[in-house]
Amino acid sequence: MSEFFAMGGYAAYVWPSFALTFIVMAANLYLAVRRRKKVIAKLKRDINHAEPGR
Amino acid sequence: MFRWFHKLASTRNFYRLAEILSPWLAVLCALLLGVGIFLGLFVAPTDYEQGESYRIIYVHVPSAWLSMFVYMVMAFCSLLVLVWKMKLADIVAEVSAPIGASFTFLALATGSLWGKPMWGTWWEWDARLTSELILLFIYIGYMALRASIDNPSSRARAAAILALVGVVNIPIIHFSVDWWNTLHQPASIMKFDTPSIHPSMLLPLLLSALGFTVFYFVVMLMKTRTVVIERESKSAWVRERIAENRL
Amino acid sequence: MHPKRKQKLILVGLMVAAVAIAAGFILTAFNNNIQLFFSPTQVVAGEVPEGAEFKVGGLVAANSVKRIGDGLTVEFELTDNGETIPVQYTGILPDLFREGQGTVSVGKLDANGVFIAERVLAKHDENYMPPEVADALNKTKAAQGVTKAGKTQPYGADTVQMQ
Repeated sequence: MSEFFAMGGYAAYVWPSFALTFIVMAANLYLAVRRRKKVIAKLKRDINHAEPGR
Repeated sequence: MFRWFHKLASTRNFYRLAEILSPWLAVLCALLLGVGIFLGLFVAPTDYEQGESYRIIYVHVPSAWLSMFVYMVMAFCSLLVLVWKMKLADIVAEVSAPIGASFTFLALATGSLWGKPMWGTWWEWDARLTSELILLFIYIGYMALRASIDNPSSRARAAAILALVGVVNIPIIHFSVDWWNTLHQPASIMKFDTPSIHPSMLLPLLLSALGFTVFYFVVMLMKTRTVVIERESKSAWVRERIAENRL
Repeated sequence: MHPKRKQKLILVGLMVAAVAIAAGFILTAFNNNIQLFFSPTQVVAGEVPEGAEFKVGGLVAANSVKRIGDGLTVEFELTDNGETIPVQYTGILPDLFREGQGTVSVGKLDANGVFIAERVLAKHDENYMPPEVADALNKTKAAQGVTKAGKTQPYGADTVQMQ
């Protein structure tokens, strides 16, 4: 297992590459989800504000 | 054909279609990425020359591929904006730019991390590396241009023209390694010849690249849907959906 | 198609074509600047900047790598299968540096025509395969009278070919 993590001596290059890719992809997804939630919350607030009975 | 096209161009139909497709695409993306990266890290054999360091290929090549693919999507959308004034295409181009930019950054960063141990340098001003860096600047310029114009229709038109002017860089990136002498090696897969990667190494790479592509569609569709309901918040169908709590 | 749209489509097409042609001219004009390195043939022909730093690329000639003095200084010959020039370098070589491998050296020519490299970079080819497959390929090629796999015919010719 430790041999696997050593990546034949290239661990310092291989793992940062994969980690960076993961971080960038996660950030893309996170930002998209956050924006969507924000917009939906805002729309709901607006519609409730406009039609108080609901 | 045109009827179908017009149907999809309607934001409401697009929203519905994206709504149905998205969960399936998300599952497909997770599967492709999971299997591709797993095979790439654990199953694919060591390279005869580069040892284990070549495994960076499983994130570097898909990132580089996506950096160009997303740009081609943006350029196609820009054509739809300029000729057919399709609003939906403008939204797709808008939300794609940051995704494309982030994968261009990844291609450069992972390439740098690969270049240091193999070539002996983090960076060299060769034609491939430089043209990919220019692509990053085009993405940034595109986003800056959009941010600087307030009028929606002039913003859409100006952005579309910039995107179409920048498209000339895409073939330059791809063929740079053939047209000039570079530190970067020629293409391994995208060439008119059998790929020069052993099948056991190629399969995880193709799965990973496909997974990245589906990932783009998942994020792009989600962002596009968000912008659609934001822009059409006054329309009946959006109000109805908000009221029924199914956005 | 609506004639107005058709007109717009033609205009967009013309714009992209114009940009592509302009880019083509620019790239052709700066062709020499875009090339990363000179070949040994160009060096021998005197096409390189005199007294200034430049890059030279080619293959490390077989049986030419010699370590001298403290072992940190290396001498080798760089070839494009046409001309060959001697290179001297002090420092750490990249992992892929070996005989028969493509390389790009950055430095200056000294008075004796020896290229004094400040940096040595390794090029690698576009072939990826497991070691066993490479061995098998080498054996077949050796049987056919060709040397190492992957980097003789296709790679050598590719790297060496200039402009």
